[in-house]
Amino acid sequence: MVIRCVLVAAVATLTLRDVRKQFGETHVLRGIDLDVEDGELVVLVGSSGCGKSTLLRTIAGLEIPTSGEVSIGDRDVTKLAPRDRDVAMVFQSYALYPHLRVRDNLSFGLKLKKTDAAIIDARVKEVSQMLGLEALLDRFPRELSGGQRQRVAMGRAIARRPSLFLFDEPLSNLDAALRAEVRVEIKRLHAELAATMVYVTHDQVEAMTLADRLVILNDGKLEQQGPPLELYDHPDSKFVATFMGSPAMNIFPATATDSSLRADGFTLPYEGPARGDVLIGLRPQDLVADEEGPITLTVDVMEAMGFEAYAHGRVGTLPFVARLDGQTRGITRGDAIRFSLPAARLHVFDRQTERAIR
Amino acid sequence: MRAREESKWWIELACNAVLVLAVAFALYPILWVVTLALSPGEAPQRGVIPVPVAPSLEHFDAVVLARGDDGSLVFIRQMMNSLVIALTTATTAILIATPAAFAMSRFRFVGKGSTTLALLATQMFPGVAAAIPLYLILDAVGLIDTLTGLILVYATSAVPFAIFQLRGAFDGIPVDLEEAAMVDGATRFEAFVRVVLPAARPALAVTALFAFMTAWNEFILAATFLSREEVFTLPVVLQRFVGEHHAHWGRFAAGAIVVSVPVMALFYWLQRHLVSGLTAGGVKG
Ligand SMILES: Nc1ncnc2c1ncn2[C@@H]1O[C@H](COP(=O)(O)OP(=O)(O)OP(=O)(O)O)[C@@H](O)[C@H]1O
Ligand SMILES: [Mg+2]
Repeated sequence: MVIRCVLVAAVATLTLRDVRKQFGETHVLRGIDLDVEDGELVVLVGSSGCGKSTLLRTIAGLEIPTSGEVSIGDRDVTKLAPRDRDVAMVFQSYALYPHLRVRDNLSFGLKLKKTDAAIIDARVKEVSQMLGLEALLDRFPRELSGGQRQRVAMGRAIARRPSLFLFDEPLSNLDAALRAEVRVEIKRLHAELAATMVYVTHDQVEAMTLADRLVILNDGKLEQQGPPLELYDHPDSKFVATFMGSPAMNIFPATATDSSLRADGFTLPYEGPARGDVLIGLRPQDLVADEEGPITLTVDVMEAMGFEAYAHGRVGTLPFVARLDGQTRGITRGDAIRFSLPAARLHVFDRQTERAIR
Repeated sequence: MRAREESKWWIELACNAVLVLAVAFALYPILWVVTLALSPGEAPQRGVIPVPVAPSLEHFDAVVLARGDDGSLVFIRQMMNSLVIALTTATTAILIATPAAFAMSRFRFVGKGSTTLALLATQMFPGVAAAIPLYLILDAVGLIDTLTGLILVYATSAVPFAIFQLRGAFDGIPVDLEEAAMVDGATRFEAFVRVVLPAARPALAVTALFAFMTAWNEFILAATFLSREEVFTLPVVLQRFVGEHHAHWGRFAAGAIVVSVPVMALFYWLQRHLVSGLTAGGVKG
């Protein structure tokens, strides 16, 4: 069943060219160029209000871009109605049809296309097996748990076998445990369906674990895109650097010379191209506890979780967070801990443009 | 543990007692009407507990089988008048108000604010306040003393009312649902018909019921605009039973019961549509 589904599922690329969207005087999308390959899972992340949903809705056809071009496969769909785009969307709210049973929710799109009843039955069966919905087919949405509703919403998208799947924060209404579970399931579905997917989230873990490619949106523009680990290791800008990773990267103003970086409270050896006023970034996870280290943290608060621990406090006058071994014991408020940082893990940014200097 | 169970028992008893009292209070006048309707003659004795002595259907007989001057069953005819007027008013209200309310809920258009205000204004005055101008208008177009005229008059207040009701209902239906339908392959109209309307069914039912009942029960305008027996609606007929010269309380009571039955039947039938929260479970976890 699953194999046949893979073979029949239409697959497609998605291309955005200088897509702009403006609501009155508010510029929400400021020229987006994006290419999604056949079968790729692209995750869009960005802070709240940066235009992620708007971009997804523009792809779905629920918003018409002010200018620019949207193509799916080799079709220019910029002006097409949502129903003519062959996309499926999973909403954050799930948007299940409340008056229809699960079975009819799943087959809604197929029925609209006047699909043969036998084919509809087969698809509903296939999808409900895939997602474990068999026992729920005759229930109404109000009779389902949050996780089950989420599954039905995904099933409704899958049953139509669209060329492109769009997800708008589909897991944000689930509790943490369920979210982890469904996350894995989506990854599995993506592999099974080999479908092209665009997935919006602001959850770091989802973004890192799901994405073939991560696209970071900032204020209506693409800030950086690439494989998740590459963005984590080599952020192009301070925005990406602080956006990726939790707790966020520590940022310090510093002065770069031929051999060193001097910040408030510490000096690091340095051999890069930057000179003069810069910003330096140190990930809490990259710091190494070191009796001889140049960075001295005065602890305010300890957060110990067993598998890791974070020391919050100050270096010089600025706030600072560092990761410690989970089993660290006996550190209390006011203690001083010394750290060093491997040279390769240091990030340097221009103080004006906030772009990375490498 | 025991103490808590006992207190529950007490609370339950108290609640039931209060409910029984409230029901008795509400039912007492109705019992009186039933008694009056079933007691033969004109002046049943008045006890504290209304029970008909020697019950008979003579009043019902006199009311329902009443014959007009031409010998036809005039009450049956008047009942049909009421039915036609109430049904047509309700249908008109729903047919006009549904698309209007949807537009007001979902679209932005020029004059939306003032339209809303104008609609609100029509609801602020009692219909009676407009009785004289309405009379003049109906007279000018030759619709005095006609069912059509009365339907138009009722619709003028039923439509704005229905627009308000339904707009509230549509506002409560998440736009996500329509958008999901449109992505799933529906046109906007299909999304409206297949998703929004079913989700709004309870509101549609309640609104229709209200429009029906208002038209069914309305007296003052009907009495003002209708003067021929063949076009009377039931409230007008009822009032005639207790006219200036003679008070047929028995017939009045029997007539009142006959008038109430359709409304009760309608309530009963619509009950299943009145389940609130039909949109529950559609969106969010
Ligand atoms: N229909 C609209 N009219 C006017 N402004 C809008 C409209 N839709 C969105 N906006 C604005 O566009 C901006 C981006 O909204 P969008 O919903 O795309 O953000 P988002 O990145 O999805 O945020 P979140 O993570 O909170 O969901 C917001 O400032 C929002 O106020
Ligand atoms: Mg959003």
